[in-house]
Amino acid sequence: MSVIEDAILWLNDPLNWTNPDGIISRTVEHLWISAAAVALGCAVAWPLGVWMGHVGRGGPAVVTVTNLSRAVPTVALLTIFPLTVIGFGPPAIILALSLFAIPPLLANAYLGLREVDPEVRDAGRGMGLSGWQLLRKVELPLSVPYLANGFRVAAVQVLATATLAAYVNGGGLGMIISRGFGLGLTAGGGQVLAGGLLVALLCLTVEGLLALAEKALLPKSLRRVRHRPPASAADALPAGS
Amino acid sequence: MPSKVNDAVLAWGAPGDDPRNPWFSWSYVSQNADTLLAALREHLYLTIVAVVLATVIAIPLAVLAYRVGSLAGPILGFTGVLYTIPSLALFAFLAPFTGIVAPTTVLIGLTMYALLTIVRNTLTALRQVPADVLDSARGMGYGKRAMLWRIELPLALPGIMTGLRIATVSTVALVTVGEIAGWGGLGELIIGGFNSNFYRPQIMTATLLCVALALVLDLLLLAVGRAIMPWTRRRSA
Repeated sequence: MSVIEDAILWLNDPLNWTNPDGIISRTVEHLWISAAAVALGCAVAWPLGVWMGHVGRGGPAVVTVTNLSRAVPTVALLTIFPLTVIGFGPPAIILALSLFAIPPLLANAYLGLREVDPEVRDAGRGMGLSGWQLLRKVELPLSVPYLANGFRVAAVQVLATATLAAYVNGGGLGMIISRGFGLGLTAGGGQVLAGGLLVALLCLTVEGLLALAEKALLPKSLRRVRHRPPASAADALPAGS
Repeated sequence: MPSKVNDAVLAWGAPGDDPRNPWFSWSYVSQNADTLLAALREHLYLTIVAVVLATVIAIPLAVLAYRVGSLAGPILGFTGVLYTIPSLALFAFLAPFTGIVAPTTVLIGLTMYALLTIVRNTLTALRQVPADVLDSARGMGYGKRAMLWRIELPLALPGIMTGLRIATVSTVALVTVGEIAGWGGLGELIIGGFNSNFYRPQIMTATLLCVALALVLDLLLLAVGRAIMPWTRRRSA
């Protein structure tokens, strides 16, 4: 029997879906861990990035953070965090993942505010808006496309990276793959392939849904902004790192 | 067939009996220099092979996408999909066919991720060559081939080198994921340390070596870039 047939067979077993550590519960686990990590990342990166963009300082710091984050292996943070005071369990995983959500969120927030037309900013100031009013009424609304783009990149990246939690027995869909690897090729090949398929499908689906939501929710006047920021932003990060 | 690093870890044994378990210890480093070096060597080997393979494939691919407009969409679309698929899933797709414990599985995966970074950066760099430069080159009688080699590629070189650096640094970090297929370089020490009663010195030393390797390779490529592109030196200073 071929590996592909094994994978189909594995996916067709209802027990593999409904077991306590089956596909359904693993997917739910994967999604909530990722959502928590992205939310935490937003809570830290957005205020910081918006403020840095507003005052126009910290550009080099954004680049440094982005570059450094590429050099740190996700696997290492996932391994180290549970051994600190955080302890084992979801909080350590969420914290490690949120660190990898920060660069795209930060870079896009900063970029979004910096890309606001200086003339628009001047006009706002000329109308007597204070710094805070300018931020709230002019700069933030105009940088929404960038914030949305950063959110999508970060969310998809965290979703992909959450797979690696399986290396430290941290749950998520990656567990199906790692268990399969543990069984070896003849016994686990089908499960490995099926797990890979499920993870890829989840990531592509969420990416597609977020892209659709971005299109549907953004006002028409803001949609003309280029959706891909320059390569210097955190765009070139491979998702699975 | 487990890799050399795995054997070294197994031969050395589980260190869980040590009650102190510090985050860093020089005695760990000196006692396990051989293991660390073997892992570092494997890490470097996987990185270099993957990045070189990716470069050799990616640059012609980017030139093709640049020249043949109708191919740019599919090539970028493919790299976009790949960008979304997690590395572990990619290894899972490959492993049943290339082997559960095999360098091929890891190398193909690493090459594909490095590939997409280099293709995107090269294509962006080629597209940023100013149109008036191309016009004047055409006016001077440059053919398509001469234009590519003597105008477009040299002008795109800074962007290509940036892509190469990003790809190299990301690959160094990504190699650790190869642990699952038995070829993860320093990643095997990181995960191995976690699985051997959470042995902190091993995890931390391997992590630091991994980050250091990424930074050293990045600086090396930066130096190479400055050496082959003397005209960029003044600007980046």
